[in-house]
Amino acid sequence: MLIVGENINTSRKRIAEAVEKQDSAFIVQVAKKQADAGADFIDVNAGTFVDREAEYLCWLVKTVQDAVDLPLCLDSPSPKALSEAIKHHRGEPMINSISLEKDRFDDMLSIVTAQPCRVVALCMTETAMPVTVEDRIQAGAELINRLTVEGVALGNIYIDPLVQPVSVDTRMGNAVLGAIKTIMNDFPGVNTICGLSNISFGLPARRLINSTFLSLCILQGLSAAILDPTDKRLMANLLSTRMILGKDEYCGDFIDAYQKGIINKE
Amino acid sequence: MTAHELLEKIAFNVIQGRVEAEDEGFDEGLEGQPGVTELVNDALAQGLEPKEIVLKGLTTSMEAVGEKFERNEYLIPDMLASAECVGVAMDILSPHLMKAGVEGKGKFVIATVAGDLHDIGKNIVAIMLKGAGYQVIDLGTDISVERITAAVKENQAPFLGLSALLTTTMRVMEEVIQQLKEEGIRDRVKVLIGGAPTSIEFAQEIGADAYCKDAFQAINLLKTTVT
Repeated sequence: MLIVGENINTSRKRIAEAVEKQDSAFIVQVAKKQADAGADFIDVNAGTFVDREAEYLCWLVKTVQDAVDLPLCLDSPSPKALSEAIKHHRGEPMINSISLEKDRFDDMLSIVTAQPCRVVALCMTETAMPVTVEDRIQAGAELINRLTVEGVALGNIYIDPLVQPVSVDTRMGNAVLGAIKTIMNDFPGVNTICGLSNISFGLPARRLINSTFLSLCILQGLSAAILDPTDKRLMANLLSTRMILGKDEYCGDFIDAYQKGIINKE
Repeated sequence: MTAHELLEKIAFNVIQGRVEAEDEGFDEGLEGQPGVTELVNDALAQGLEPKEIVLKGLTTSMEAVGEKFERNEYLIPDMLASAECVGVAMDILSPHLMKAGVEGKGKFVIATVAGDLHDIGKNIVAIMLKGAGYQVIDLGTDISVERITAAVKENQAPFLGLSALLTTTMRVMEEVIQQLKEEGIRDRVKVLIGGAPTSIEFAQEIGADAYCKDAFQAINLLKTTVT
């Protein structure tokens, strides 16, 4: 299970303040905590600063990678910001994200194929947000076909089925779970990824909902998740789910995590 | 049941989110009692004015739902259940309202701007506006500046709602407002904006009339600006 730490995002107030003040100590601290908690990639997002996004994203890339020896997930809908940020990135980044929307596919494709990288591909149709399982499977399949034709390795593609709130439509949970299952079955070797928090939008006890949803996603074959790795309960749930599903040889990761204190004693 | 009792029952069941007799509702023990569908039909059969049913049965109850939502007593699913009741009631009442020549509160054009496919928030606002008595013209998502301004013109709509969820697309709202100015119709339409990346400051910056945090704020704002 590949874990992308989601905490460095300027939609969070304290991160936005730190970015504006160029407070590298704070950003480094948030990055290190996520790395220590088991993140494989650190997501960086400066999307709320529309006019200065490229500049701030570059600063985040440099600041985080100066302190943490991990690749980053460069998170932006803007091709300009991404192409700038990549120049400062060490190693192979994850580009977040490409989709089938009109100009976006072509603009992002040139960035994705310019260097080795992983890419998050959103199951948006060309003209709408997906509603059903079928919408997602169709968009996912088209993304996989178009990306592999352009030379992107299947294993570098991370299909995001797009999680939407169950508070608005109670079919949204199954829509994502069904899509993960089919995409993982139909395209062996491809990855699926999703963020969790959208599922619980508008509801109380969100951490419980997110955590339960993660377990169900893993059951369907989800291979990567964008989450807060410093959330100990969530990580404990992730580790125990993987173990129960036979994805943790000799229960090694679970036992390790327990011994390191990531999973609390009962 | 007297007319007054009937209207109160309708309002009560809208707040409970009960479309039909078989629905459970927010509180317990209501299953089996008539829901909004049955009650609205009863009210029409008793000869109540359709307009009175809307005002005293639907509009006031949705205001109560809005207050409950503000207080966190109601969550999104509760609000949507109530909105569905209003939608069903309006479907029953619309032909009668038309026959009686009753006019609504006016046309409200709503759209998610070009480049943006997000529609959840916009849809909730559209449902709530319908419930509040506006004639909603929902253009959908990814709607060009030209199509939005054309729809405002064609419908002579006094209200326009613009939605965007992306920091990259919120700027399109400004283009819409510019276009309305260029076509000389800016002063004839109130422009309300909303969506996660937007704010009061952003609304002021681009020259919108108002920023709405959520559907109920939109309705409250309309009430104060219109009357």
